[in-house]
Amino acid sequence: MNEKREALVLSQGEIAKDIYDLWIKQPEIAGAARPGQFVMIYCEDNSRLLPRPISICEVNAEKGHLRLVYRIAGEGTAEFSKLVSADRVKVMGPLGNGFPLITKKAILVGGGIGIPPMLELARRLKGEKQIVLGYRDERFLDKDLERFGRVWIATEDGSAGTKGTVIDAIKEHKLEAEVIYACGPTPMLKALQKYAIVHNIECYLSLEERMACGIGACLACVCKSVGRDEHTNVHNKRVCKDGPVFEAREVEL
Amino acid sequence: MNLSVNIAGVELKNPVMPASGTFGSGLEYSDFVNLSELGAVVTKGVSNVPWIGNDTPRIAETKSGMLNAVGLQNPGVDLFLERDIPYLKKYDTKIIVNVCGKTTEEYCEVVERLSDAPVDLLEINISCPNVKAGGIAFGQDPECAMAITQEVKKYAKQPIIMKLSPNVTDITEMAKAVEAGGADAISLINTLTGMKIDVHRQKFVLANRTGGLSGPAIKPVAVRMVYQVFRAVDVPIIGMGGIASAEDALEFILAGATAVAVGTANFHNPAIMPEIIQGLANYMKKYKISDIQDLIGVVE
Repeated sequence: MNEKREALVLSQGEIAKDIYDLWIKQPEIAGAARPGQFVMIYCEDNSRLLPRPISICEVNAEKGHLRLVYRIAGEGTAEFSKLVSADRVKVMGPLGNGFPLITKKAILVGGGIGIPPMLELARRLKGEKQIVLGYRDERFLDKDLERFGRVWIATEDGSAGTKGTVIDAIKEHKLEAEVIYACGPTPMLKALQKYAIVHNIECYLSLEERMACGIGACLACVCKSVGRDEHTNVHNKRVCKDGPVFEAREVEL
Repeated sequence: MNLSVNIAGVELKNPVMPASGTFGSGLEYSDFVNLSELGAVVTKGVSNVPWIGNDTPRIAETKSGMLNAVGLQNPGVDLFLERDIPYLKKYDTKIIVNVCGKTTEEYCEVVERLSDAPVDLLEINISCPNVKAGGIAFGQDPECAMAITQEVKKYAKQPIIMKLSPNVTDITEMAKAVEAGGADAISLINTLTGMKIDVHRQKFVLANRTGGLSGPAIKPVAVRMVYQVFRAVDVPIIGMGGIASAEDALEFILAGATAVAVGTANFHNPAIMPEIIQGLANYMKKYKISDIQDLIGVVE
C-alpha cells in the first residue's frame, strides 16, 4: 500500500531569488525514486487542500535523503519555503514515470525551474552528457551539474553564456546527440520537440500541468496525445500518471 | 454496533463512499485504500460514447476548496463495462455507477446498457455544471428533472439515485420533482458554479472560465440543503459537499443523510475514507449508539 508519508526536513536554503533548495529524509520515497519522477507535498494550512507537485532533484537512496528544488509560485510553495531543519512535512511519492535511462550520447536541457530534475538524471545516465541550461538571469544548480558533464548556459539577458534560448546555445556550440532529455517552460519544450523531429533525434520531454490527485484518478492534468490514452481511450494522456515524461512525438504541445 | 445502512433496498456495510469524479473507478486509489472497506464505490460519470472533456487548466485551488471543470472525460459505457466493472467486482463493496448524458436519449442508452451489468445502483448526474448541453440543464428545472427521472426509470433495472445541483433557488422543489418522477434515492450536492480570475495575467484561471466549487468551503451549504430535502421527501439521501472528517459526515447524517460521499478530501488524503469510517465507529462508541441509522435526521 502507498500512503501520504511524513518526512523530516534536513535543511533548506534560498539558492536564487525565490528558488529554494530543500533536503528531506524519507527512506521509502528516496529508495524508490527515479529521475524525472515527482512528489506531492502537502500544506500544513488546511485551507490549501491540494498537494503541490515538486520534481525530484537529487536522491541519496542509501541515506534515504531527497533533494527538492522549487520556486515560490504561490501561497503553498511560500509555506514550504518557511520549513527549517527538524520540521516535519507530509509527502507522497514517488509519482509519475520518470526519464528512461538510455546509454547514448545525450543532451540534457533544463529551463528555469525545469533544471532540478536534470541533476538526478545526469547522475544516473551512463553515456556522454552535454548539459544545456537556460535562465532568465540568475543561475542556480549549474555548479552541481558540472560534476556530471560539460555545461553550456543560455541567458535571456545575455549575462552569461549564449544570449538567447537553449536552442540558440545548442546551435552555437554545434551540439550533437542521439537522445535529448528536457524539462522547462512549454515554449522551450515546443522548440525542442520541433528540433528533435527535424533532426530525427529521440527526445523525452517532462511536462507540467495543474494537478489535484497526482495519481491518475481526477483527470485534471491531461495533455493532448497522439496515441490513445489508457484511461479514457481518447487522446488525453494524464501528465501525473502516464507522464510527466513523454517522448516528443507522443504529445501535442 | 451497526454501521450498515440501506439505500433503496441495497445494504451498504457502512455509509461512506467516494463522490463521483474524485475517485475514478477506484483503480488508482486501490494503492491507498482497500476498496472492500468502503460502503460503496461511486464511479466517475459514464456516457454512451467516450467524452474528451474540457481544455486545461481544468482545476484551480481556492480557499478551503477547489474549482474543477474536467468536463466529464470518460471512456464511454462499452470500455467501462469491459474494464471497470470486472475490476470493481473483485472487491466486496457495492457498485454505484454515475451516468451522464447530453440528451434524455443518451442517459437512457447508458442506463439500458448497464441494466444487465452487476451494478447495484445508478446515480443519474443531472447536475454537472461543466458540460455545455445536458447535465445541469436537466437539474435546474423541476419539470425537466421529473421528466428525465421518469424516462430513465423505464430503462433502469437497478434503483436510481438522482444527483441534484445546488445551483437552484429552492432545492426542495427539485427533490420533490425527482421523487414524483420515481427516484429511489437522492444525492446532493453537486458542485456550486464558481469562477477564479488570475489578476496578474488578467485572464480566467480555468480554460472553461467557470468551474464547480467543492471542498470544505461548501459544506455548510450542503448540510443546509440535506436538512431541507430530508424534510421535503421520503426517499433516502446520500449527502456530500466538503466532507473531510467523521464529524463532517455526522453533520450530514444528523441533518438527514442515510449515507455520505467524500470527494475533494480524497485529494488531500487518499486514505481518508477508512479514517472517516473508523471515526464514525468511535463516535458511536463514545455516545453509546448501537445503530448508525438511529442518527439519521435526528436534529430537528
